[in-house]
Amino acid sequence: MKILVCISHVPDTTSKINFTEDNTKFDSNGVQFVINPHDEFVLTRAMWFKEKQGASITVVNVGNISTEPTLRKALAIGADDAIRVNTEATDGFYVAKQLAEVIKNGGYDLIMAGKESMDYNGGMVPGMTASILDYNFVNACIGIEIEGNKATVTRDIDGGKEILSTELPLVIGGQKGLVEDKDLRIPNMRGIMMARKKPLKVVEPVDFDPTTVITDFEKPTPKSNCKIIDADKVEELVDLLHNEAKVI
Amino acid sequence: MSVLVFADNSGGKFKKNALEVTSYGKKVAEIAQSNLVVLTINASDVSELSNFGAEKIIKVNDDKLKNFNAKAYADVIKQVALKEGSDTIIIDSSTDGIYLAPIVAVNLDAGYASNTVSVPNSIAPFIVKRKVFSSKAFDHTEIKTTNKVIGLSKNSFGLVENKVNTVEEEFSPSLSDKDFNVVVTSVEKTTGKVTIADADIVVSGGRGLKGPENWGMIEELTEVLGAAIACSKPVADLGWRPHSEHVGQTGKPVASNLYIAIGISGAIQHLAGVNSSKVKVVINTDPEAPFFKAADYGIVGDAFEVVPKLIEKLKEFKGNQ
Ligand SMILES: Cc1cc2nc3c(=O)[nH]c(=O)nc-3n(C[C@H](O)[C@H](O)[C@H](O)COP(=O)(O)OP(=O)(O)OC[C@H]3O[C@@H](n4cnc5c(N)ncnc54)[C@H](O)[C@@H]3O)c2cc1C
Repeated sequence: MKILVCISHVPDTTSKINFTEDNTKFDSNGVQFVINPHDEFVLTRAMWFKEKQGASITVVNVGNISTEPTLRKALAIGADDAIRVNTEATDGFYVAKQLAEVIKNGGYDLIMAGKESMDYNGGMVPGMTASILDYNFVNACIGIEIEGNKATVTRDIDGGKEILSTELPLVIGGQKGLVEDKDLRIPNMRGIMMARKKPLKVVEPVDFDPTTVITDFEKPTPKSNCKIIDADKVEELVDLLHNEAKVI
Repeated sequence: MSVLVFADNSGGKFKKNALEVTSYGKKVAEIAQSNLVVLTINASDVSELSNFGAEKIIKVNDDKLKNFNAKAYADVIKQVALKEGSDTIIIDSSTDGIYLAPIVAVNLDAGYASNTVSVPNSIAPFIVKRKVFSSKAFDHTEIKTTNKVIGLSKNSFGLVENKVNTVEEEFSPSLSDKDFNVVVTSVEKTTGKVTIADADIVVSGGRGLKGPENWGMIEELTEVLGAAIACSKPVADLGWRPHSEHVGQTGKPVASNLYIAIGISGAIQHLAGVNSSKVKVVINTDPEAPFFKAADYGIVGDAFEVVPKLIEKLKEFKGNQ
């Protein structure tokens, strides 16, 4: 089985978010970038396929050269090779187009992505990539088993879960549940050494006009002060929630 | 031209999401000087939508569409959009909505703005405001394509009553076998419980509650309020509560009217996922807990003393209602 894992390179979850150039650009100054958290679950699940059923894992990122350390980290965790599509990831549709091209050329059976990336939170790329290729697609995937050509996939739904059956080639948008937090792989020294020698191929993007453009950013207005209620007077909280906030 | 809203239903009943996207669609249609068309799939009684501005309702009834199927539903939306000349498609942000929307966008060569929190600032250029960086910021996104898909962030527009006369029309889409290449074989749903996605109120417990055996009072509080129950990430990771209750940046997002955090410190990853709630209450022993900076109301105190008192006072309050 040939697996492609899509890796998004995002600010660490603890990052303070700031903008520059008159609020038109994200300020990456002092920001630590990491593998998108959802993608970590996906990559670990891909590793299990590799170890238990035999599979090759290619990781791919659409981004400029600054994302290469993140791809190297994925290689250190255990992916076999990496592809970087050399362009700015400006819009979900644009990224999906680039990934679709990589998939067409590589002939992958299973394409695993995180259900959304923690920067622009688009949640667009997996579904769009699948649709462009007319591949089967399951989103919010919390479990997956493959037997031959058949896939059994568990999807997180509001208030429960759903089991779906489908066939390869398949694209999934994955999240925690695919594996548990405690099972997440982190690179070890040997992995890091090996990753240096693994192939990382840079390919040029295909032309595609962006469908959306971010014109500028704004930050939420800071919260006014929290009203503190005496622990011995909880009835005041009930009163405030009813009469002031009007939420009960 | 028209604005097309997909109003999802569950067992024939429209949830708040559906009424919110309809209200929103009506407003967008007004701004764009266009007409609103609302699509329903397998809903027999659609009259409720008339209260929220649905001038025209397209009803699709097809047994094959009984279970949600993203690809088939996206195909239906495309067919209706083409038939109605819709250039703006509006979809909610439920689990099904966010599964469906990217497929619809590709089908219609449309730019897609997910997590949208406002009506368009302008129509030409078409610009909406979106939540980004896990609610730590907003952006203004211009959709440049002729067709546009908007994913409306939950609880960002609200319900706007707007009684109109409605024209109902039946439509039979043509569906192919390819639409059903992904099939649901079973569904496990907790019944009778409010889900985090639908809830107006969410009560959430953190590691400060010390252990799974202490969740009785959280469940009771949840019941008194008719709320959904949630927890912080470590609580789910420790196995105290199921993963489906984990909320935050890497868990389920919360955008309720009221969020009550009990024994939760308010780490940045937790807040990112719950910040969209309108009113936040924190109960924590530590006055320095970061959650107090994000909350509207706070009680500095021991949950084991405060929560039982709160339950008692709420029961009194409900009794007097
Ligand atoms: C990549 C990444 C993603 C993450 N995603 C999420 C996420 O999606 N959701 C999430 O929740 N976390 C997430 N986290 C974890 C997050 O950083 C925090 O560790 C977590 O939110 C802390 O949970 P907590 O508040 O329950 O526990 P703690 O931080 O241990 O806080 C417990 C709180 O309870 C209070 N307390 C103790 N006893 C009592 C008492 N008797 N009565 C009242 N209060 C009491 C304490 O004062 C303290 O403030 C993520 C972390 C990372 C690195």
